[in-house]
Amino acid sequence: MSERIDTARSVGCVTPQEVAFPEPLRLAGGSELAAYTLCFETYGTLNAARSNAVLVCHALSGSHHVAGWYADDPDDVGWWDNLVGPGKPLDTERFFVVGVNNLGGCHGSTGPATIRPETGRPWGAAFPVVTVEDWVRAQARLADHLGIDAWAAVIGGSLGGMQALQWALDRPERVRHAIVLAAAPKLTAQNIAFNDVARQAILTDPDFHGGDFYAHGVHPVRGLRIARMLGHITYLSVDQMAEKFGRARRAGDLSYSFDVEFEIESYLRYQGDKFAASFDANTYLLMTKALDYFDPAHAYGDNLGAACARARARFLVVSFTTDWRFDPSRSREIVRALVENGKRVSYAEIDCPYGHDSFLIAHPHYHRVLAAYLGNIRP
Amino acid sequence: MSGAALESRADFELIARFIREGEQVLDLGCGNGALLGHLIATRGAGGYGVEIDPDKVLASIERGIDVIQGDLETGLSGFRDAAFDRVILSLTLQAMHRIEPLLAEMLRVGREAIVSFPNFGYWRHRAQIALAGHMPVSPELPYQWYDTPNVHLCTLRDFETFCAHHAYRIIDRHVLTRGRSVRWLPNLLGSIAVYRVQRGTDSR
Repeated sequence: MSERIDTARSVGCVTPQEVAFPEPLRLAGGSELAAYTLCFETYGTLNAARSNAVLVCHALSGSHHVAGWYADDPDDVGWWDNLVGPGKPLDTERFFVVGVNNLGGCHGSTGPATIRPETGRPWGAAFPVVTVEDWVRAQARLADHLGIDAWAAVIGGSLGGMQALQWALDRPERVRHAIVLAAAPKLTAQNIAFNDVARQAILTDPDFHGGDFYAHGVHPVRGLRIARMLGHITYLSVDQMAEKFGRARRAGDLSYSFDVEFEIESYLRYQGDKFAASFDANTYLLMTKALDYFDPAHAYGDNLGAACARARARFLVVSFTTDWRFDPSRSREIVRALVENGKRVSYAEIDCPYGHDSFLIAHPHYHRVLAAYLGNIRP
Repeated sequence: MSGAALESRADFELIARFIREGEQVLDLGCGNGALLGHLIATRGAGGYGVEIDPDKVLASIERGIDVIQGDLETGLSGFRDAAFDRVILSLTLQAMHRIEPLLAEMLRVGREAIVSFPNFGYWRHRAQIALAGHMPVSPELPYQWYDTPNVHLCTLRDFETFCAHHAYRIIDRHVLTRGRSVRWLPNLLGSIAVYRVQRGTDSR
């Protein structure tokens, strides 16, 4: 996702940190996690008033590694490095930026691949389904740990944007600004359908072993690969795919076989392979489920306006014209619910060709909007 | 929108005078947010701007205005009935395609509409047609006939007939020329008009 790093405006070499929370965490599903660890990174300096902290929430496949690179792997550049850094829209000379790996993740926070102390084996299928509300509760303890009473802003795109919204609803006193990008107030049937096909690909892979594949020394790479290929299609726009790949073929003549022929096939397979080699299949299941369950209006009689009444943050909501996964009308639902309550909100609809993934792209107008909004936040 | 090229527009002060302390306003076609910013600073007003142009949305965000990017032509469905004290349409009316539904929407979401527009009946505009024989070009109408965004130019009389026809009540009217108030022969001598309009029959 990230382009080559702009070294002059990079946060530089970074080191992930871990913090263990020994207190049990009650989950929306009814179960309890006895203890958990969150893996996080920080960039910039927390000011004396502890008022300049910005939480970056990641989407389905993201991690705490938002910006910078690692000493032992300089090519591993953070997934939002184009946004976060000195002089960048989320300016680390003004803000103390925190990236955190979600609970259930596979980049260092407690998740299905973590060794469970009670059994000495990975959690696997026993890891509970976690929701966006659970993440907010888990992350609130990280804020406590860092001595941050209120975030100057919580920002995220897609599933990360949903977290930013949930933060503003669940901890109104702890969020001054919520920046909700390429998100939706809940998934449509079509969204859930895509997620379920992805899950089915994983669940039916013979190497899945009911989620306990770790013990068998295998990983359901075929299922995860197909899940990612499907997901990837939904992140790109029709026009962008047409322009980038069209019907271009790798070789001149038709082969009349099922080998890789079209460039788009080659691209998707490459993306699928790359992802399946580095991501945990159980985490993929959990993340898609968290998306499916996200619906803050549900507890308020399906009235999003009623759900938003408790928010105290100022909001920036941004959508992208070519995003068909969460199209602009979904963002306008959020805006409408906030306006109904007289909440402070700005809404920008960015004309950007890159589909759902647009929120990750350094599109000039989009970044100017973020820079303008963030620039007005007093640390 | 049309006329927004002027950073501080002639009708701003006048509109500001109509806004009471702490009122909730909706500024349609808010441009770079200058008017709403002015109302927030001088009247303690709250509310939103609506703007379709991405660069102006950006300028409003830079100014710290709450701006919603959207198209007035598709209505104000994102806003509830009677949500605002005043709904402002500053020098934008003449560029709208569907005037009737827009005015109806303004008076649905707000108690009062404040509408300003360049007076096509201003004598300099009339003279350019009648004597020089070309479409008017002026500080209020700074476009050539072929590149103008203005599709519904009107005179004071036209607008008042429109309001009467739709049973909208004109509460107040101010007419300006080059920033000065015009009382005598306003439809001839005024270049910009600002109206306060509410639902109900015109009793004047």
